[in-house]
Amino acid sequence: MTSPNHEPAIKFRNVSYQFDGGHELLRNLDLDIQLGETLVLLGRSGSGKTTTLKLINHLLVPTGGEIRVQGKSTVEWDVIRLRRSIGYAIQEVGLFPHFTVARNIGLVPQIEDWSSDRIQQRVEELMQLVGLDRQLASRNPGELSGGQRQRVGVARALAADPPILLMDEPFGALDPITRAELQREFQGLQQRLKKTVVFVTHDLREALMLGTRIALMEAGKLVVVLTPDEFLHSPEALVKAYVDAFGTDCKK
Amino acid sequence: MNVWHFVAQNHVEILELTLQHLWLVLASIFFAVLIGIPLGIFITRHPAWNKPVLGGANIIQTIPSLALFGFLLPAPWIGARADRLAILALTLYALLPLIRNTYTGITGVDRAVVEAGRGMGMTDRQLLFQVELPLALSVIIAGIRVAAVISVGLATIAAAIGAGGLGEYIFRGLAMVNNQVILAGAIPAALLAILADVSLGWLEKRLSQAK
Repeated sequence: MTSPNHEPAIKFRNVSYQFDGGHELLRNLDLDIQLGETLVLLGRSGSGKTTTLKLINHLLVPTGGEIRVQGKSTVEWDVIRLRRSIGYAIQEVGLFPHFTVARNIGLVPQIEDWSSDRIQQRVEELMQLVGLDRQLASRNPGELSGGQRQRVGVARALAADPPILLMDEPFGALDPITRAELQREFQGLQQRLKKTVVFVTHDLREALMLGTRIALMEAGKLVVVLTPDEFLHSPEALVKAYVDAFGTDCKK
Repeated sequence: MNVWHFVAQNHVEILELTLQHLWLVLASIFFAVLIGIPLGIFITRHPAWNKPVLGGANIIQTIPSLALFGFLLPAPWIGARADRLAILALTLYALLPLIRNTYTGITGVDRAVVEAGRGMGMTDRQLLFQVELPLALSVIIAGIRVAAVISVGLATIAAAIGAGGLGEYIFRGLAMVNNQVILAGAIPAALLAILADVSLGWLEKRLSQAK
């Protein structure tokens, strides 16, 4: 699925990122992320996938090249506006411990000055969408299970209805059963909402299940971008290594 | 007669001195908070200033209090009135715990929380007032508590330069070699310190439970 004028939602042009000290975390990345697709960044720790993600919402600034979001370079965007139009969900979730669930979810609407009625309505809507019991709205994050917290995180990322969603191993810290549950639900959610999603993971099964395309990264470089089907049948050495490592139970 | 009789007999003067003492402490804590908390916030945003600011406050701490009171005496305007001088000196001593606790309180906030906040598009101001300060508050109050207790003790020295407070009785008692007089100053001072410690400690606890 591509946008009307075939302009990718997010475009990486020869992007490099180097730490203030020398070590290059990312080298010469060229990548197009199409509107409405779920692009999975797959790779080991240190492959550069989280770095790539954070370059999109300008939490990191590229040392070389350019990232274009919705046609405009991230350097030209007003940082705050850019970030508020992108949902961000991380593995640790980072819920505000001193805010209730409702207040956490309603954060971006609140800083965007929505009316309190509108915020409340949206929070209720979202809690239902991500499968959270209404009663939990007045609870604090400390009282929730890991799975519930992650659902709040996703709801919070979706609150202002951003066109783009960035997710950094959101289900990585959960037990396998909860993880599978959330993956399935997210899949359903994606089909309904049709957001442009960039999803970081090191888990091939998750990538095959959730991704429209999979971008395999290694040591700061993009290796290949393939559909899940292509990925399973690719002769590329690194891809095969990945598939073998995960065993033959890789099914979509 | 024993201490309690002495206190009962001179309770008016003791009360007056206690109020003076309280005034010195409260004013200096007020200024220390006004200067120290913003400074603490500043060094979290500009880490290059970390060493100089904390180092500076640390050095002030090492100056013997009586000496500091002495140094400041010749200063224009400040040195003219003993209580102004005392308040300035006490403020300086209260700075380190306030700056340091503000700094550690804010930097101690869960990095994931700050990252999530920034990633969602909170401005630095919003992050500071809605996330970092509320979460750092109990640590900051702990800093105020330390500063208050130190101040109550140090304020007794203020009497040496004529700024009043309970130190008056202590110095008078030393000069007269009269224990009752000393205790009549020392006990209320100690009680004040305990009061500050307990009440701020309670506040600190309340705030850290609210998280």
